[in-house]
Amino acid sequence: MTQKIVNDFSIMIGTVNGSGSSTANTTILRAIFKMGIPVSGKNLFPSNIQGQPTWYTVRVNKDGFLARDDQPHIVIAMNPASYTRDLADVAPGGVFFYADDIKLPINRNDVTVYPMAIKQIIREQKDVPPHLRDLVANMVYVGVLAEMIGIDLERIYDALAFHFKKREKPTMMNFNAVKAGAEWARANLTKSDPFVLEPMDKTNGLIMADGNTAAALGAIYGGLQFAAWYPITPASSLAEALNDYLPMLRKREDGKRTYAVVQAEDELAALGMAIGAGWAGLRAMTSTSGPGLSLMAEFAGLAYYAEVPVVIWDVQRIGPSTGLPTRTSQGDLTFVAHISHGDKQSVILLPSSISECFEFGWQAFDIAERLQMPVFVLSDLDLGMNQWMSKPFEYPNRPMDRGKILREEDLEKLDGNWGRYLDVDDDGIPWRTLPGIMHPKAAYFTRGTGHDEYARYSEDPNVYWRLMQRLKKKYKTVEQYVPRPIVQQVEGAEAGLIFYGSTEPAVEEARARLAAAGLKLSALRIRALPFTEEVPAFIEKHNTVIVIEMNRDGQMCQLLCAAYPALAPKLRSVAYVDGLPASAKWVQEGILQHLSQPASESVQSL
Amino acid sequence: MTQTLPLAGAPQQVNAIGLTRKDYLGNPTTLCQGCGHNSIANQIITACYEMSIPPEKIVKFSGIGCSSKSPNYFLNRSFGFNGLHGRMPSVATGALFADITLHAIGVSGDGDTASIGMGQFKHVVRRNVDMLYIVENNGVYGLTKGQFSATAEVGLELKKQGVNQYMPVDICMEAIAANATFVARSFAGDPKQVKELLKAAIAHRGIAVFDIISPCVTFNNQENAYHSYTWGKDHEAPLHELLFVPARDEIMIEDIEPGATLEVELHDGSVIVLKKLERDYNPTHRWEALKMLEEAQRNNWLVTGLIYVESNRPSFTDTFHLVDTPLNRLTEKDLRPAPETIEMVNRMMF
Repeated sequence: MTQKIVNDFSIMIGTVNGSGSSTANTTILRAIFKMGIPVSGKNLFPSNIQGQPTWYTVRVNKDGFLARDDQPHIVIAMNPASYTRDLADVAPGGVFFYADDIKLPINRNDVTVYPMAIKQIIREQKDVPPHLRDLVANMVYVGVLAEMIGIDLERIYDALAFHFKKREKPTMMNFNAVKAGAEWARANLTKSDPFVLEPMDKTNGLIMADGNTAAALGAIYGGLQFAAWYPITPASSLAEALNDYLPMLRKREDGKRTYAVVQAEDELAALGMAIGAGWAGLRAMTSTSGPGLSLMAEFAGLAYYAEVPVVIWDVQRIGPSTGLPTRTSQGDLTFVAHISHGDKQSVILLPSSISECFEFGWQAFDIAERLQMPVFVLSDLDLGMNQWMSKPFEYPNRPMDRGKILREEDLEKLDGNWGRYLDVDDDGIPWRTLPGIMHPKAAYFTRGTGHDEYARYSEDPNVYWRLMQRLKKKYKTVEQYVPRPIVQQVEGAEAGLIFYGSTEPAVEEARARLAAAGLKLSALRIRALPFTEEVPAFIEKHNTVIVIEMNRDGQMCQLLCAAYPALAPKLRSVAYVDGLPASAKWVQEGILQHLSQPASESVQSL
Repeated sequence: MTQTLPLAGAPQQVNAIGLTRKDYLGNPTTLCQGCGHNSIANQIITACYEMSIPPEKIVKFSGIGCSSKSPNYFLNRSFGFNGLHGRMPSVATGALFADITLHAIGVSGDGDTASIGMGQFKHVVRRNVDMLYIVENNGVYGLTKGQFSATAEVGLELKKQGVNQYMPVDICMEAIAANATFVARSFAGDPKQVKELLKAAIAHRGIAVFDIISPCVTFNNQENAYHSYTWGKDHEAPLHELLFVPARDEIMIEDIEPGATLEVELHDGSVIVLKKLERDYNPTHRWEALKMLEEAQRNNWLVTGLIYVESNRPSFTDTFHLVDTPLNRLTEKDLRPAPETIEMVNRMMF
């Protein structure tokens, strides 16, 4: 056997969707995580309920680089329909496990091949009733893999017990199938490949969660009071997580509720309801994805113009139109930046990790209420639906900011003299009152039509211009409240990188690889729009700044060019999207393409 | 509109909470003179004044169109939200969670409800959101200058538009089909009935759909048009005479001749007294209501009155079992889980 390869490889599992493989795959991921080895898992699934090919990729990396790997070292083929393609995908020198009931040729001699007697083993499992055999059969490959690469069976048990919420019967039934797979492999297969796992201590204190759950929890810690949503992949699990956790986290002795979650009839109504609630003083949100967001455009413009706080989560999928509903991208950025007709500027938060999904979950409400604006949070399918290692969620480090609200006693003091859209504090943010405030001067008439400082209907050209100028001024004030970019300034850097969102692991890996090859690169991760002063300062400090993103048109690059036209000549775009989560390879290749000859030659060895 | 002016030295006329009718006024209307919508706005003012509802306890909603402008012309002391075309229901649905003690009055039109807003209309009805949903129905788009709406009758001829070929949407039928708990129809030319039905609709807990034929004097008031004053005056067929009796005001029931009446009690203890006219109509039967509407449609009758009522179904917000304090008065203490819970949440992750 060649030199062992320890804790540094990736696995791809090809199954039939709807066959129950996701439990098996998550079990592998979680067991490796509990062995202390940095690991990530990506579900590459079809927009279908049952019967289509689906893949799951697991990457283990002792150094913590967890972006999707372009080529798997180990492939497990359970699906005859994708078998041939799966075999072709194995990296040279890799490993191919396959269910031995698939009678198709092995046409490669550069990979180690292990057949798995899945059907036979599962039939011998006496505690698995016939109707569950196909589902539990997936556990057999977990067991075979565990035996062959060294996944600790106790950790597999932990993962199953967690999945089945400690219910003994399903946990044991599945675990027995895992054990049977492992025992069979021990008796029938001889290890002749180099890939092994060895326990580490690199995941101590970390948790594993998906971004949609994190976002929902963040919203709950942000004091969410109202959410309306319409089912859409990949955002549905965000609202469903609200329903899962709200009853527990907002439990009261009297059994009454301080919140409401409504499944609306469509996305128009979902945002309409959230805007109604936000207007009336509730911390309100909706969650959707591209097609839903398109429907929300008109309402988003109303919230901007009438100055209503509301939070909109966009868990991005790919494409114009229906696109690829189960694949990821960063394709909604320019749309959201100017969403809705007329002059319009958006506040956008860009989380890049599970912990940021949580953090922005509560911060978004503070920002929306402080600014009286819609706040968009752009996550994506990769962040939202995949399980990621993460530092634990941190309790909000500051009290809620409910913004500028005048209540009865304030109106009393003002003797009722106030104007809904008066810029009394010179920051562009007016004061507001809420329905139910019992003062004869509390009420005002909210409208999406032209209005003056006292919320009266107006078509006066000066009034319109004044209002739009104030909104622009308010957008400037936003800069004080949004999360600042994360800057890593490197002395003597050849160029700077700008990126955002879920590409972070891929970009950081590419940057580390290039640094190891002698190419120094600074980096700035944008976390919000509007851009803050750090962004132009960073661009100014570098001769070349490469903007990396997961879309076709280089949308962030476009926005930066528009915001800083004088700096635009320095900007280069690396934009690619095919629905799969970013990998270090395309980031790295993209960076090199934009660098001067000597710089890229110095890393030819890569 | 008649308003009693206070005589010099005489105490000003006030309602049970000490407010004058003036406290319920809105801005001067900018709609056409003679527009049915203005008459409805006046009846809303009077109804709320007579019911002694604090104006701050009312919240107004509308969509887009002439009808949707009208919340500006009543109840200046009430909050209002004039939102998007056809989307009044969703905004109201969300807003009403903030304070369930508020009364919601929504004003929409036939375009706003029966065309662009049909989806939201059906769903706000189906959810039984606690609001009065008025459709100021004139069969025509006024603000864009006289196109057919979806409630226009077959054969209606309009300048520039030609002859309408399509079957009209019947707002009341749609409401009942969507399981509305209160459905009424009236005619802006019959202010007394409008007022009594408004009161009953406001007192009703749940959705109250009120289709009011409200002629457009500028674009659709031809003598033979279904939505015109002349046609309405000549053809209105009231189902009953009706009187709204507030919960605290039991004595008034005695004013009505016994025997020929049907009384419907609402959620808050108030009563609608229905005095039978020619027909024997019971508005608590959904099936009868649909049958009656079908008959009216076939015969081209403008049947007015209380078409359907069901007063014991919980409203949308009722089904959420919210705390007694209005949600928009809760503080961080009520809303943010305690610091110690974060560890538990982290433990719940893998």
